[in-house]
Amino acid sequence: MLENIRLSFQGIWSHKMRSFLTMLGIIIGIASIIAIVSTIQGTNEQLMQNVVGSGTNAVDINLTQGSADNTLDFSWNSVPYGIPVLTESIREELLNVPDVEDATFYVSRTYADGIYYLSQSLQGADVYGIDSHYFDVNGYVVRTGREFVDSDYKDFHKVAIIDQDAASTLFQEESALGKTIEISGEPFVIIGVAQPKSEFEPVINSIEEYYTYMGDDSSTGKVYIPYQSWPIIYQYDEPQNVSVRAADVKAMTTVGKPCAEILNSYLRTSSSDIKYRAKNTLENVEKQQQINQSTNQQLIWIASISLLVGGIGVMNIMLVSVTERTSEIGLKKAIGARKRVILTQFLTEAAVLTSMGGIIGVIVGIAMAQAISKMAQVPVGISIPAIIGSVIFSTVIGVIFGFVPSIKASNLNPIDALRHE
Amino acid sequence: MERPLVLKLDHIDKDYVTGKIVVPALKNVTLHVQEGEYVAIMGPSGSGKSTLMNIIGCLDEPTRGSFELNGKNVLGLKENEIADERLNNIGFVFQTFQLLPKQTALENVCLPLVYAKVSKKERRERAAKALERVGLADRVDFLPTQLSGGQKQRVAIARAMVNNPKILLADEPTGALDSKSSVQVLELFQKLNEEGVTVIMITHDAKVAKHAKRTVYIFDGELGDRDLSQDV
Repeated sequence: MLENIRLSFQGIWSHKMRSFLTMLGIIIGIASIIAIVSTIQGTNEQLMQNVVGSGTNAVDINLTQGSADNTLDFSWNSVPYGIPVLTESIREELLNVPDVEDATFYVSRTYADGIYYLSQSLQGADVYGIDSHYFDVNGYVVRTGREFVDSDYKDFHKVAIIDQDAASTLFQEESALGKTIEISGEPFVIIGVAQPKSEFEPVINSIEEYYTYMGDDSSTGKVYIPYQSWPIIYQYDEPQNVSVRAADVKAMTTVGKPCAEILNSYLRTSSSDIKYRAKNTLENVEKQQQINQSTNQQLIWIASISLLVGGIGVMNIMLVSVTERTSEIGLKKAIGARKRVILTQFLTEAAVLTSMGGIIGVIVGIAMAQAISKMAQVPVGISIPAIIGSVIFSTVIGVIFGFVPSIKASNLNPIDALRHE
Repeated sequence: MERPLVLKLDHIDKDYVTGKIVVPALKNVTLHVQEGEYVAIMGPSGSGKSTLMNIIGCLDEPTRGSFELNGKNVLGLKENEIADERLNNIGFVFQTFQLLPKQTALENVCLPLVYAKVSKKERRERAAKALERVGLADRVDFLPTQLSGGQKQRVAIARAMVNNPKILLADEPTGALDSKSSVQVLELFQKLNEEGVTVIMITHDAKVAKHAKRTVYIFDGELGDRDLSQDV
């Protein structure tokens, strides 16, 4: 076999131009597949990286109506009957769910109006009534000022923590600490400025990805107040939303459902479509990846046409080669080569030819992927299984398309073959 | 002294069928060759000598008759078995040398040993020895294009001899050579024959045939001890 491979290389080398042109179809096919797989793999790795990179592993479980996307908003609605106030014992239950590390309850208003500092208004901000676990679960830290303390909760202190966006809108360059802002007509003293623990910014390549990471978060700033102080400005007993922190990224898909079930077991609403549902970023990412994956597959099918054409080219050139080398085949048979020897020799030649095409194709494909990545600003992930698969596949193409010529060669009658000039 | 027969052809007929016409190429050919003989089969073109050579060389089967090679009936063998018979019992020498152009003299000589599944090291040793035997010890790494006609034919003879076949079967071995090279090749056959190799040579040239110890004549598909072509 090694001898055959050596002879094949000799043959390829002695017809460099012809061999290269024959390989071209395979090279183009494999290169396209590698380029496609690499860019899609890169995008998918990036998608996952975005989730991992945010580092919070937080899963939101919201009270929804109809679907997980339709979070109930109580800005203008009255609170439906039968929705429980979430207690510490329910939180304990959630913490008992495997892979749940922490849980927080909160109430919120999106696009809240009526937030002012002097005459400066903060339009379209979100207001959160939070417990002491909120920042930890959602990956925020208070680096300037302080967090809420027990007395803030117990004594209904009118204190607030704001995020960087809100701070820069309301106070520009000034320090926010100690300033009094107005929320729905009530004064609140700023005691801290919160910011995300990590400065990770997801890389966003498409509008779908934007919604995946940013959701409908287009708020101009966030204002946090103690949960107990919420009724001072808004309604009593507003249904709470829940965030839990999963142990790791993988667990993000598994913790949401059991937590939602626990919460739903406390629901006593008359409306059956009001439910706690987990909003799962990872699941969305995986869906996105699946879409990419299927696009990937379609593109690979298209690229495979090139491989088919390449394979036919190989078959053609192998048939020419058999005709050219008829007397060689005759000689070999005359001096005792079995049919199988001739068959193997030509099959090996075809396989070596296409494998070389495959290897060159992989190199060209990686280069193409890098070029695409530079030009279109998309990430590239080199997939080792795809590379190995491509080379094996190109070898298989050689064997398949080399089969007819090889059979023809091995069936040659030595007398006719020897007589051939 | 009666030596064992390496080739025993009895009442061989070979017909070629083209459409509805049956053309007899060999008629009732009987030929016995003993081990160590040097036989020339002589005849003009169209006499059937190539057909006879193909049958002796196990490249073709007779239509009728019996054929034993080295005491074994080779008619009706399977394709692979016939390939093995060629590999082990016949060494071919062709008029046009039939060397592989991209391979060195040594590699060309190694070829039958590859099919005989001899190890690479032993192959090279045996091939080098065979080349030495034909006087080309200094040409082992030459490509056929770097060799003269006579040298090429000697490489071909080394290739034919390397697997120690029972019969060295040469088809017009001097047909493509100048007279000087022809003499060298014929002397080589003589030398090999003296060393015990059975040589069967097919030729149309009486001068070449003279080198053999025994000449049989073929004319119109029939074998005889006399050159019938002279009668025409």
